[in-house]
Amino acid sequence: MAEKVGVYVCHCGSNIAGKVDVEDVAKWAGENVKDVAVSRDYKFMCSSLGQKLVEDDIKEHGLTRVVVAACSPHLHEKTFRRACSNAGLNPYLMEMTNIREHCSWVHKDRAAATEKARALVSASIERVKFQEPLEPMFVDVNRATLVIGGGIAGLQATLELADAGYPVYLVERQPSIGGHMAQFDKTFPTLDCSACILTPKMSEVGQHENVTLLTYAELEEVSGSVGSFKVKIRQKARHVVFDDCTGCGICVEKCPRKVLDTEFEAGMGNRKAIYMPFPQAVPRVPVIDTESCIWFERQKCRACEKLCPTNAIDFDQQDELIDIEVGNIIMATGWEPFDTRKIPQYGYGRLANVYTSLEFERLCNAAGPTNGKIVLRDGKTEPKSVAIVHCVGSRDERHNPYCSGVCCMAALKLGHLVVEKTDAEVYSFYIDMRTNQKNYEEFYQRLLGEGMRFVRGKVAEVTDAARKPSEQGKLIVQCEDTLVGRQQRYPVDMVILMGAIEPQRDAREMGLKCGISCSMDGWYTERHPKLDPVATMTDGIFVAGTCQGPKDIPASVAQGAAAAARVSGMITKGKVMIEPIVAKIDEEGCSGCRICNNMCPYNAIEYDAEAQVSRVITALCKGCGTCVSACPAGVISGAHFSDRQIFAQIQGALWDAWQPQDAASQDAETVPVSAP
Amino acid sequence: MSEQKFEPKIVGFLCNWCSYRAADLAGSARIQHAPNVRIIRVMCSGRVDPSFVLKALAMGADGVMIAGCHPGECHYLEQNYKAMRRFGMLQHTLRGLGVEEKRVQLVWASAAEGQRLAEAIDQLVADVRELGPLHWAGNWEENGERLQALEDIVHEHQEAMEVTA
Repeated sequence: MAEKVGVYVCHCGSNIAGKVDVEDVAKWAGENVKDVAVSRDYKFMCSSLGQKLVEDDIKEHGLTRVVVAACSPHLHEKTFRRACSNAGLNPYLMEMTNIREHCSWVHKDRAAATEKARALVSASIERVKFQEPLEPMFVDVNRATLVIGGGIAGLQATLELADAGYPVYLVERQPSIGGHMAQFDKTFPTLDCSACILTPKMSEVGQHENVTLLTYAELEEVSGSVGSFKVKIRQKARHVVFDDCTGCGICVEKCPRKVLDTEFEAGMGNRKAIYMPFPQAVPRVPVIDTESCIWFERQKCRACEKLCPTNAIDFDQQDELIDIEVGNIIMATGWEPFDTRKIPQYGYGRLANVYTSLEFERLCNAAGPTNGKIVLRDGKTEPKSVAIVHCVGSRDERHNPYCSGVCCMAALKLGHLVVEKTDAEVYSFYIDMRTNQKNYEEFYQRLLGEGMRFVRGKVAEVTDAARKPSEQGKLIVQCEDTLVGRQQRYPVDMVILMGAIEPQRDAREMGLKCGISCSMDGWYTERHPKLDPVATMTDGIFVAGTCQGPKDIPASVAQGAAAAARVSGMITKGKVMIEPIVAKIDEEGCSGCRICNNMCPYNAIEYDAEAQVSRVITALCKGCGTCVSACPAGVISGAHFSDRQIFAQIQGALWDAWQPQDAASQDAETVPVSAP
Repeated sequence: MSEQKFEPKIVGFLCNWCSYRAADLAGSARIQHAPNVRIIRVMCSGRVDPSFVLKALAMGADGVMIAGCHPGECHYLEQNYKAMRRFGMLQHTLRGLGVEEKRVQLVWASAAEGQRLAEAIDQLVADVRELGPLHWAGNWEENGERLQALEDIVHEHQEAMEVTA
C-alpha cells in the first residue's frame, strides 16, 4: 500500500522564508513528489498551532508519514515526534528536513537556496517512506551514582547527591581526597585559607552515611549504559587493614624510611614510606609505599607492624576488584601541572631558585616544609626580589594554545603572599592580565596598590650568567617590556613559573573507558559548550571541574553542583528513555564470520559459538551503525538508518539529476492545500 | 547545460554528533557557503557504507563529502578510524573506476568548527566545479542497466583485487 506523506514547510518567520521560497517548495512537493498526500507551508511549525496542523492532518487525511522541513532536528525533532505521537502516529515515522541551519541561513542566492530546499525535502520524503515504527525503550535508573575524582568538584557533587539522600560511590586514586585544592595555601581573591574551607567538606564526605569512599582506588572498567552501569574498581593494596586502623599515626612516626614527597609536597618536603599525604587526610588511614618500604625492598624492618596497636598492618594485602552498580557517573578527574622542564630556557630543574607555582604554594603554607617561611633553596635566605612568570606552557603554540585561565589570579595571590611575608620586590611578567570574575579585577587593583610591579611581556630567558657586577649571584630574567618597547634584564633572587593547567595524562584513556571523548587539547567534551556544559554525548556520564577545561575553584564547585543536579533529576524521574536506534542481525543470513565483532567499540556484539552466529546485545548497542556497513553479507540492519532508508534519501536528494524534471510522477493522490 | 553554468550536485554524509552539528553551527553563525551540498545525516562516519558513495555518484552526484568527528574525538570512541580505513579502500576502487580523487573527500569537523566545515564545502565544490560533471548517470540509458553496469564494475574490481591479494 502506498504511503500517505504529509509535508510541512516552515517559514520560521522570515528566517527560512527570507531566503527560500517556502510556498513554492510546498507546492512543488505536493504536485510533483509521489505519495505526498498533503503539502503545506506555515509561519511557525513549532508553535502549538503548527503542531496542531500536523495532528489534525494525521487524523483527517490518515497520513502514514510526516516530513517537517524547518530547523535542525537537534532543535525540534522531539517537538514533532511528540505531535505525531499525540495524533496516534508512531513518532519514528516523522522525518525533519533542515532547511534553516543548512540552507536559508547559509545561502544568499534565493533561487539556489530554494533549489537546495527542494532537494532536501525530496530526500526526506523518499526516506520517510521506508522508515519503520520503533518503540523507545525505558530502563530504570539505579539510585546510586559514581563520582570519579575527590577534588573540590567531585566533593561538591558527592555532597549534593548524598545530602539529597542518594547513595554515592566516590573513587579517588590518591590515598586521600582533597585534590589540588588541599595543596594550596590561600585562595584568591578572598585569601581564605584553602585547607580551612576545604577540610570541613572532606570530613563531611568521609563521615556521610550515604557516601562509600574508595580512596587509593582506580577505575578499571565500565560497562552497561545510562541507568545501569556496571563498574569495576581496583582497590589498590594499602597494606593497612582499613577497618582495623584507628589512624593513630604511630606507624608513620616510627617508620625509619624517609623519602622525598613528590606528590602532596610537590618535591618540597619528605614523607615516610608509610604515610598519610597530609595531616587532615580523609580517610585517616595510611598507605605503605611499596617502592620505598624497607620490607618490600629487602625483607627487613616491619617496625610499623610491630608497633601498630591494632595489628592493622598487612604486608600480604593484594589489590582487590570491587564491582558496583550505578545509574550515573560524574567524571571529576581534574588536572595536572605542566612540566616546566619542557621550557629549558626558564631553567627549572637546572637553576635552584626557579620554582613551580605548586612548589611555592607549599613553601608559603604554614603546614608546609618551611612552616610557611619564604626562603630560597638553601633553607635560610629570604629573597630580596621575586619574579613571577605568567603563561608558562599556556598561550604558547609549542605547548598549549589555550589560556589556563586561573594563573593570572594565582600569580597575583602569590605576589600578595610575598609582599605580605617578606620585604622582597615582586615583579610579574604577563602577556595579558586576565581578571574577569567577581572581585578579581579589584584584587588586581589591590596588588597594584601594594607595590607589585607589572611588566608586560613574555619572558625570553631566565639565566644565572651575569653581565655586570649587580647581576652577580642573581637569576636574571630577560624580557622585552612591550609597553616601553625595550629589552630589559631583571636580576632577582627567586623565580616562580606559573605553569599551565593540563589534562590528566590518562584523561583520554579514562574517557574511553566511560565512552566520552576529549578535545584536541585533552579536555572532556561536553554535550554543548554553552547550553549543556556538564552532560556529555554519552547519556548518564557527566563532567565536572577542570577535567572539562581549566577553571578556578568557584567554577569547579558550580559545575560539581550542576552535574549533581542533573543526576538527581535523572534519579527522581526514575526511568530513562533509550533511543531504539540499534543494530540487529538477521541470524538466518549470518555466516558467523565475526567481522562485526571487532567493529564494535562497546563489545555489544557477541558470538554464539554453538549456533555460529553473531548477536547484538541491544542494551549495549549505541547505534553508530559501523557494523551495519561492515557486514559482508548485508544482514545487519540499523534501525532508523537502514540501507534502504539512506539509499532512498540519496535518490531523493538527487531527484533533479536522476530524472528529467518534467517526467516527475504526476499520479500521486495530492490534496494541494494552502495554509490556513 | 553549458560548461560555464555547471553547478555541481554533491551529496554530503555528515555524522550526527560532530559534522552535522558543525553545519548547524555554520547556520547559526550565518557562515555563508556554496549551496551545492545536500546533506544526509548518519549517526557516525563509520556508518557510511562505500556503496552509499557509489550510489550517489551513480544517481547523478558529481561529488561526495563524508564528514565525521576528528580522529580521537569520535562520539562512538573510534569508529571514525574505521571510516578512514574504508575511505582508503573506496579511493582505490574509485581510482579503478576512473573517478577523480577530488570528487570524494573525507573531512573532519568538530561540533565547534562551523567555519572549517563551510570552508571544506567551498573547497569541495570548487574542486568538483573544476573537474566538471561526472556524467555517470548519463552513461547508461535505463536505470536498471545503469545500476547493473555499476555493479558489474564493482564486482570485476573486487575480483581483480582478490587475485592480486
